[in-house]
Amino acid sequence: MSPILSVSDLHVGFGRGAKAREVVRGVSFDLAAGETLAIVGESGSGKSVTALSINRLVDYGGGRITNGSIRLLRTDGKISELTEASEKELTRIRGGEIGMIFQEPMTSLNPVLTIGRQIEESFRLHRGLTGNQARAAAKDALDRVRIPDAERRLTYTPNQLSGGMLQRVMIAMALACNPRLLIADEPTTALDVTVQAQIMALLAELKRETGMSMIFITHDIGLVAGIADRVMVMQDGQAVEQGELGQILDHPKHPYTQHLLHAVPHFSGGNAARPDGQRERTAEPALKVDGLVVRYPLKGGWFGRPTGAVHAVDGVDFDLLPGETLAVVGESGSGKSTTARAVLGLVPATRGAFSMARRELVAGDSNLPVQMVFQNPYASLNPRLSVDSILAEPVIASGVRIDAAVRDRMKMLLKRVGLPENSLERYPHEFSGGQRQRLCIARALMLNPSVVVLDEAVSALDVSVQARVLELLIDLQKEYGLAYLFISHDMAVVERIAHRIAVIYAGQIVEIGDARSVLSAPRHPYTKKLIAAVPTIDRRHETFELDTRQVPSLVRPLGFEPPKARWMEYGPDHKVRAEA
Amino acid sequence: MNYLTRRLAAFPLVLLGVSVIVFFAIRLVPGDSITAMLGTEAGLLTPQQRDALAVYFGIDQPWPVQYWRWLLNLFHGDLGISATYGKPVLEVILQRFPLTLELALLSMLIALSVGVPAGVFAATRNERPSDLAVRVAAMIGQSTPSFVFGLLIIYVLSAGFGVLPTMGAFTPLWEDPIRNLGQLILPALTLGFAFAASVTRVSRSAMLDVLSDDYVRTARSKGASARSVVWRHALPNALIPVVTLSGIEFGYLLGGAVIVEQIYALPGLGRMVLEAILQRDYALVQGAVLFIALNFMIVNLLVDLAYVALDPRIRLENQ
Repeated sequence: MSPILSVSDLHVGFGRGAKAREVVRGVSFDLAAGETLAIVGESGSGKSVTALSINRLVDYGGGRITNGSIRLLRTDGKISELTEASEKELTRIRGGEIGMIFQEPMTSLNPVLTIGRQIEESFRLHRGLTGNQARAAAKDALDRVRIPDAERRLTYTPNQLSGGMLQRVMIAMALACNPRLLIADEPTTALDVTVQAQIMALLAELKRETGMSMIFITHDIGLVAGIADRVMVMQDGQAVEQGELGQILDHPKHPYTQHLLHAVPHFSGGNAARPDGQRERTAEPALKVDGLVVRYPLKGGWFGRPTGAVHAVDGVDFDLLPGETLAVVGESGSGKSTTARAVLGLVPATRGAFSMARRELVAGDSNLPVQMVFQNPYASLNPRLSVDSILAEPVIASGVRIDAAVRDRMKMLLKRVGLPENSLERYPHEFSGGQRQRLCIARALMLNPSVVVLDEAVSALDVSVQARVLELLIDLQKEYGLAYLFISHDMAVVERIAHRIAVIYAGQIVEIGDARSVLSAPRHPYTKKLIAAVPTIDRRHETFELDTRQVPSLVRPLGFEPPKARWMEYGPDHKVRAEA
Repeated sequence: MNYLTRRLAAFPLVLLGVSVIVFFAIRLVPGDSITAMLGTEAGLLTPQQRDALAVYFGIDQPWPVQYWRWLLNLFHGDLGISATYGKPVLEVILQRFPLTLELALLSMLIALSVGVPAGVFAATRNERPSDLAVRVAAMIGQSTPSFVFGLLIIYVLSAGFGVLPTMGAFTPLWEDPIRNLGQLILPALTLGFAFAASVTRVSRSAMLDVLSDDYVRTARSKGASARSVVWRHALPNALIPVVTLSGIEFGYLLGGAVIVEQIYALPGLGRMVLEAILQRDYALVQGAVLFIALNFMIVNLLVDLAYVALDPRIRLENQ
């Protein structure tokens, strides 16, 4: 049987003439009907450009196919050469024969049109349906992606739905006209892990139902195990290795594939938890948080009287010993970042007490011996300041003169985080993402803090850079006895760095304890669900269960107090909130 | 209390503030209305006659008393008597307003029907010669003073085609629409040209932003045609800045367009206000400024309501 799609020696360049830059350099692959090909690679590997070249959307981003061929087997049995197809032919193919879903469901739907109209458009374009027929078809499409209450949701605009719901709408739209090929470009990267599991389950189920072929693009090799038949690994615009799923995962030949599989954090159910750092209960905690509550009042009515409150964090207690990492895990909106920010005083705590161990400060006396490293190293460094000004900033803020000792510390820290010594006169844009995050770490260490809050500190980095930054963090922790409060949604990363884990759900800790114990034997239903949703290379072709439950609302009536938590102990350092 | 009622409730407060400023500002201008009105003949008045006139116009009292009286009358819907026209201020304003409103509407119609398509066209041909041509034209339109353009139109029509713009007494639309449009079309073009130039520039840059948004890529991936992508998916998202600009420009035009009214000899609000200031016609200036301020507030409210209609993410209650 001839393949449905055959790409050979594809070259794609951006820009023209002397400035032309080739980002895809000779990629070839075939895709059989009903088959799923996963394209795996890090940012800049050319995986997305390859995908966008197939339906020629790359033309609109300034790209140009400079060489090679893309042959598509059409519904009518003819074979079209897409590199030479006319715009008119392409508009029939896009949506009709090739559907596509994208990374960011929040921005990929038109904000001013109802989702009903956006789905109807597909039927109008390719099936010629109008009016009530189109509407009925759109409702069926939403039913197909298991959106409850489809009739009513058709009248919603995208801002009224959650990210997971929107990605389902995207899938409904892409599959509206039963395309024979679906291109999914990192469809779950922007979503929470449990939502990711649901979207993956949905894609697998729809694939079985329709028999379509799929190209699944991801940076997460763990994710492909569940869905792919074949895998292609890309690096620097070239396919360095491709083959059957089992062969790639179990017997990778190319060093880069081996690196992706072994040097990169993968979740392994607690087996990769850190062996060091047994808790000494007698030690004085570096940070102790007692009954932290953060609420945002909701105002309404005639004179803006408070009508209720958003309980972002609702009674969180933990302590953190020197040299220890406590990972706070949870999904977006669970309150994990708010907890971190409250510890630093970046958001006012409604209630609760903090106590922090003071230590002798070298560079300057800060009132708050806690420093923070943020998620996005591209946005959290002022582009107009040179590195030495950036590093001087916390020292100046604590009211200390910049003298030779401070300068020596800057140089020492830069060297320690692995940046060249001449970095001081340079500006942030001269550094890569990983180097910038190292700069942020150096900045956080300038005041010699006892606690460093790392808010999704490696989430924005490429997987192989992630591993190296995690190593650096662990080394620094051992060297300086730092305590880390590590906020993350990524269980694989958490497993590598955490001594202890606190699982936070709807503003409350539901499970807390020793990392190995929590990851290998989760007790709370939410923790179980969270861990079951983490993709791993060991779970192949697994069918996830669809779960359409929504996270409970955090809006509470005025004066609402949560019932006092009852804890059940499992082992020496592992306790779980008992559900009412 | 819903948003609309709250906004409307704020109107009297804003008007009160405007009235205080304009009342005292106009009195800070040197000279008085009697001298301004009678010119050299004012010298012939005896002090008694002058005082009598001052009492007649109510300008013999201290300023706060004058303001209080004026405010009380205002609550009864009485804006006072214009010293120059000898008629109630409201009547004078309402006589002039239809022309100004019509001129503003026509200019905006021209500006939007030329500017939006031109901006969209330029955005879809980004950095190509046709985009450059539109941008140069818009630049010229924005930087040409309206009197230059207005005089140029008259010159080309009369010297080139022997057609003269319809002058003479203004004919309201409801009396003779053809003659009315004949009188207004050139001034509307003059104003609309500069207005269209700004609209072009704003819609071009807004469209450029929107065309690189993710949902535009999604629309293309669904197989939408180039035209549908631009007009159906992108344009509605690019209209917010255009509406903002149009609201501001339209608000200004409702205050009258002094230069264009002068060139085409049109009795609009702009010339009326200018003359009233020169004549120290206190009552008329005060009344006209309040009227213009009210118009501005109504336009702003309409702009805000247009935002809600255009973008479902915008909620007025939360602002």
